[in-house]
Amino acid sequence: MLLVENVKKSYREPDGSTLAILDIPRLAVDAGEQLVIRGRSGGGKTTFLNAIAGLASVDAGRIVLDGTDITRIPEVGRDRFRARHIGFVFQTFNLLAGFTAFENVLLGMTFTGQPRDSKRAINLLGRVELGHRLSHKPAALSVGEQQRVAVARALVNRPMLLLADEPTANIDPAHQQQVIDLLREVCRDENVAMLLVTHADEVSNQFERVEHLEELNRVVAE
Amino acid sequence: MPFWKIAWRNIEQRALASSLTALSMALGVAVMIAVIVIHSVAVRQFEQDAQGYNLIVGGKGGALQLVLSTVYYLGQPLYPIPYSYYEKFIDDGEFADLTEVAVPECLGDSYVAPNGEVFRIVATTPELFDKIHYGNYADGTPKRYEFQPGGRNLKNALSLSGEEFEEAAFEAVVGSVAAARSGLKVGDKINPTHGLGAEGHKHDAFTVVGILKPTGTANDRAVFINIEGFYLLEGHALSGHDDHEAAAHAGEADHEHDHEAEDAHDHDHEDDDGHDHEHAHEHHEPLPLDQREVTSILVLCKSALGPTVLDTAINKGEGHVAQAVAPIREVTRLMDGIVGPIRLILLVLTVLIVIVAAISILVSIYNSMSERSHDIAVMRALGASRSAVMNIVLVESILLSLGGGLLGIALAHGMIGVASPYVEARTGVTLGWLQFEWQEIVLIPALVVLASLVGFLPAVSAYRTDVAKALTGSR
Repeated sequence: MLLVENVKKSYREPDGSTLAILDIPRLAVDAGEQLVIRGRSGGGKTTFLNAIAGLASVDAGRIVLDGTDITRIPEVGRDRFRARHIGFVFQTFNLLAGFTAFENVLLGMTFTGQPRDSKRAINLLGRVELGHRLSHKPAALSVGEQQRVAVARALVNRPMLLLADEPTANIDPAHQQQVIDLLREVCRDENVAMLLVTHADEVSNQFERVEHLEELNRVVAE
Repeated sequence: MPFWKIAWRNIEQRALASSLTALSMALGVAVMIAVIVIHSVAVRQFEQDAQGYNLIVGGKGGALQLVLSTVYYLGQPLYPIPYSYYEKFIDDGEFADLTEVAVPECLGDSYVAPNGEVFRIVATTPELFDKIHYGNYADGTPKRYEFQPGGRNLKNALSLSGEEFEEAAFEAVVGSVAAARSGLKVGDKINPTHGLGAEGHKHDAFTVVGILKPTGTANDRAVFINIEGFYLLEGHALSGHDDHEAAAHAGEADHEHDHEAEDAHDHDHEDDDGHDHEHAHEHHEPLPLDQREVTSILVLCKSALGPTVLDTAINKGEGHVAQAVAPIREVTRLMDGIVGPIRLILLVLTVLIVIVAAISILVSIYNSMSERSHDIAVMRALGASRSAVMNIVLVESILLSLGGGLLGIALAHGMIGVASPYVEARTGVTLGWLQFEWQEIVLIPALVVLASLVGFLPAVSAYRTDVAKALTGSR
């Protein structure tokens, strides 16, 4: 379902030199598969996720999702593709403070170009046990509740792939497992492939497939 | 979720800043609308007052002064002309064939109300209200003077004799605003004061026989007395032709009539010092015509050519002591020459105010972009294109401008509505608070264009947001 081949990404430094970030020969993820990528801080995990999501362009290689090579389509096309087929759960939740829980989830539907499905949004929020907090803004929600809203937002469009960048990093240990369980359960029920990035052992130990960025990324390996 | 709602939520998040910028826009728009509406009402009012007749014939002097004093009762009347000039327009006079109606007027006296307010006295004939209209309705039908219930027009005193003549000669009708502000009603007595101020000799009493219905013209603020009675008042009759020539000053008219006649009058009112006085009228006959003058003559011509022919005959002939003025033409000159440029200057100032308000919107939104780069990056991560986030910022700018503009329109009309009763009571001018001008409709799309212009810079900033950087805070 997801194929990353010979992807390279580098940044130009202020002094004109080039700093290589990614050099990934190959990574494949099947439909519905749940995969963890581990790596140390600064190893390019977020850049890798951004490249897969189409938020960052790559210098070489291809990223094919369900037959579509997103490196070959223009930025506008990548944006629309991402809106419809890729869900993103961020480390810092990234909810919009001025919008209610319901509106934050609806925002996930706004840019797909398709009619919004309010019932789907409400059902998902019920699924993450926030059916009674629809009209609450993030400031009125606990950290765990905010992350659950973010999970609902990421899944509202029935994406093929869910990207989760350190989803439990800002959650207290008592609730971290709840979030992981929720992610895995919902992705499994909706047959959504999940690629979760973490540096925490207690999270990665729960997954059958764990990849190490140091092994995937030739830049880090070298 | 529609873009306007996203933009609205952004506005809500910065409620105070948003409110202040919208309020500044509202105030600028309100001032602009007020200038437009007030000017429009003033122009219409001036033009309406000058309708109903084609020419004003009066003494030599400033044409604008003749119009202002005759139509709007503003400023000093010009020096009077012989009554014989009025006779040219009636019966088988020189200009009678061209004239539909000629109404004589004498100005120079005033009525001082108990509250101290001073209203102009206009001495005239019943024809002013019977045969002259004061404008037209939208369908073209003329607006006729009407009297409030219980009142009537002046009588034609010349058709009566003896005591009936005297009774009719000393009748008065009052404009609606003058009546309301002075408290006059049918049956009341009034004593005209000689001159245009509050101090002066008090003349014999006139009886109010009618109160006019509101016309929205300057006539609402005047008191009208029968011209026959006017001529019979002390000091209003000519003692001789020589006296009239000796006092011939163009434009000088604190009083209309020869005061040698007044000095020679063996009247015992000199000791009264302005006290109201009523005494038995002693005049059962009209004043001889050779002892009369008129301040102005309102002329309604029979045909469209009439004004042109009369204009040439009166203004360009030799030996004439009068001038003929088309009031509409003088009003138009006044509007175009003085009022129009003032209005333009005021409008330019108000446009500048609106532009400054729009710039404040730009500054407010632009300054918020650094705080909102994260939110923009989140929307981009959710699939929003660059143009989508740019459009959301533009919509936000438009909402602020439009919201402020609509509030400004409401404010302006609200202010007009609050002021309207006061203005109408003081001046007779009706300020309809629901009266909209075409410029207000144009204002809406103009504000959208302005908002798009000022929103462009912050929108470009949103367009250029580095998503990865904004999401993570580092490269």
